[in-house]
Amino acid sequence: MTTQILIAGFGGQGVLFAGKFIAYKGLIENKEVSWLPSYGPEMRGGTANCSIIISDEPVGSPIVSNPDVLIAMNLPSLDKYEKEAKPGSLIFVDSTLIERKVERGDVKAFYIPATKMAMDAGIPTLANMIIVGKVLKETEGLSKDNLEEAMKKVVSAKRIELLDMNIKAIEAGYNY
Amino acid sequence: MTSSSSPGISLKQEGISYIAGADLPALIVNVQRGGPGLGGIQPSQSDYFQATKGGGHGDYHLIVLAPASVQEMADLTIKAFDLSEKYRVPTMLLADGTMGQMMEPVELPEIAPKESEKPWAVRGTKMEREHNIINSLYLKPEILEKTNFERFERYKAIEENEAMYEEYMMDDAEICVVAFGIAARVSKNAVTAARKKGIKVGLIRPITLWPFPKEALKKAADKVKGFISVELSMGQMIEDIKLSTECKKPVELCNRTGGMIPTPEEVLASIEKLAKEAK
Amino acid sequence: MVVFEKPKALTDAPLHYCPGCTHGIIHRLVAEAIDELGVEGKTVGVAPVGCAVMAYDYFACDMVEAAHGRAPAVATGLKRAMPENIIFTYQGDGDLASIGMAETVHAATRNENITIIFVNNAIYGMTGGQMAPTSLPGQVTQTSPYGRDTAVQGFPIKVSEMLSALDGPEYIERVAVNNVKNVKNAKKAILKAFKNQVEGKGFSLIEVVSSCPTNWGMTPSKALEWVEEKMIPYYPLGVYKDKSAEKKED
Repeated sequence: MTTQILIAGFGGQGVLFAGKFIAYKGLIENKEVSWLPSYGPEMRGGTANCSIIISDEPVGSPIVSNPDVLIAMNLPSLDKYEKEAKPGSLIFVDSTLIERKVERGDVKAFYIPATKMAMDAGIPTLANMIIVGKVLKETEGLSKDNLEEAMKKVVSAKRIELLDMNIKAIEAGYNY
Repeated sequence: MTSSSSPGISLKQEGISYIAGADLPALIVNVQRGGPGLGGIQPSQSDYFQATKGGGHGDYHLIVLAPASVQEMADLTIKAFDLSEKYRVPTMLLADGTMGQMMEPVELPEIAPKESEKPWAVRGTKMEREHNIINSLYLKPEILEKTNFERFERYKAIEENEAMYEEYMMDDAEICVVAFGIAARVSKNAVTAARKKGIKVGLIRPITLWPFPKEALKKAADKVKGFISVELSMGQMIEDIKLSTECKKPVELCNRTGGMIPTPEEVLASIEKLAKEAK
Repeated sequence: MVVFEKPKALTDAPLHYCPGCTHGIIHRLVAEAIDELGVEGKTVGVAPVGCAVMAYDYFACDMVEAAHGRAPAVATGLKRAMPENIIFTYQGDGDLASIGMAETVHAATRNENITIIFVNNAIYGMTGGQMAPTSLPGQVTQTSPYGRDTAVQGFPIKVSEMLSALDGPEYIERVAVNNVKNVKNAKKAILKAFKNQVEGKGFSLIEVVSSCPTNWGMTPSKALEWVEEKMIPYYPLGVYKDKSAEKKED
């Protein structure tokens, strides 16, 4: 089985971080994985997206143009990638930032008010991981296993306090 | 070793020519972005001509290696050092933005440190030998010609011994896709998809761009009906394919440029078109 | 009894310089410094592009021929890879103050532990007498036939003054080789510039005001007079920076 995931949003929303976490989790679970970012020169603002492939076979092209799983963190991303998603794919939308609904009928949409949930929980920068929690729950082949081990790969050892916060965010999304 | 991305590599061409002229080993890594000029910052393969045909001034070549995975970024870096030292020829690792930015599992090979004799090096004479001179200046034309002839003898040995490529589903192929680096990864998906549709297509992936794997291409030309060069440029490697195959079979171009990457669907469409025409 | 010998750090190759050119004197001073410090066996020199391009044949130590202006960059690499070796560059004004200005300024500001011998003769010699960054106001050259017009071609670059404004470099001195007294001073400065490196003090640059009879269109003796009358007033001799001496005074 191969799962192609595309995460898209503004720079600074943690798009690349969320993707890295999913890729490392796949690596720990002995899958073939790839993670490919695409972004502009700016560190904040601008657009960012990343392609993650989790597979039982060696990964061919690392570029995800037709995702099985799309995470849209802002409206321009949904506008751009909704039409590219595979029929039957899952589309996850941050409904705090995106007011419209998914228009296609051949995909399954999930609306998570991730930005609001993150603010309410006092972890305003972790809307990305709240959505990741929901993705782990709804996507075939993904699971809640190995959260801590994978998180340790992406959170700097110097800022280990972030580990619990990230896992809390994933749990919140998972249980939404 | 030095590394940069396309515009920075242009800046370094002066030094690269001097390194070639002084017969020094060196590794230059170019993680290509779109050009010309400042161009963009997305992946590209449009420095193919610059890398394989010279780049700087004068009669010289670089050995050019084209990795198609993070694993090969590591493996070919080691290979590049070895080749460069063996032949005293600067070597370029010609990657692209995807190779530079993507993450994949990689096993770092065990590297045994190699001590190689460098009797030409300038580490001080220790008053035990005549002075060494690292130099690319030869004012007497007959001497410069001699050094160039000598260097091209080494290039000949490199062409005979060091060409590397990967073949994928070429055994019964009637169409041959040729691509390197990220374009080869995309093409592999397209070849697999085309096979599912019953099209007999294979892939040759040059791993060395100079020396170009001419023999493999020449052999393929005798059995396939046509070639497709898949490139992230306006079509540069396609010239080497035509030269290697002596234009025996048509060579089509499937390309994107400026930082765009062809999709497997676009490559598949090219394969289907050529399959139809070849019938 | 031997009263006069060639320095050991020079080879037997005959110099190609024009009659009356002062490169020969400066080569000798550099070689004497290497001899006196006993460092020939671990010295690597970097030759420029310009009249002194063939310096690699004249110095008996290991030599590298750099691209035009790149000698301080090459020297930086050599020194960092082999910190125990002694690394010097020998450059003219076209090489150092024009195409190689960036390399020079950055090597200076990094206080690279190298020695630079900078020969300023106010003209591009090898290519046939074109205006250099150091040509004097009003100086007639191939490319300033009516004299250097500062309104059009700007002012000469005073390398020693400019570099001494940086906090990085250890030692900057301007000397001349137009008479015996000045040659003796130049010898002292060059020796100090090498000694600084041996002692790990950092970037030392000696600017040597020199002559070019051929391209100035003068006899050798007239050219030396011109150095005294025109060059030295514009390029005053002396120590421009000496960090170790400054520290002692504090």
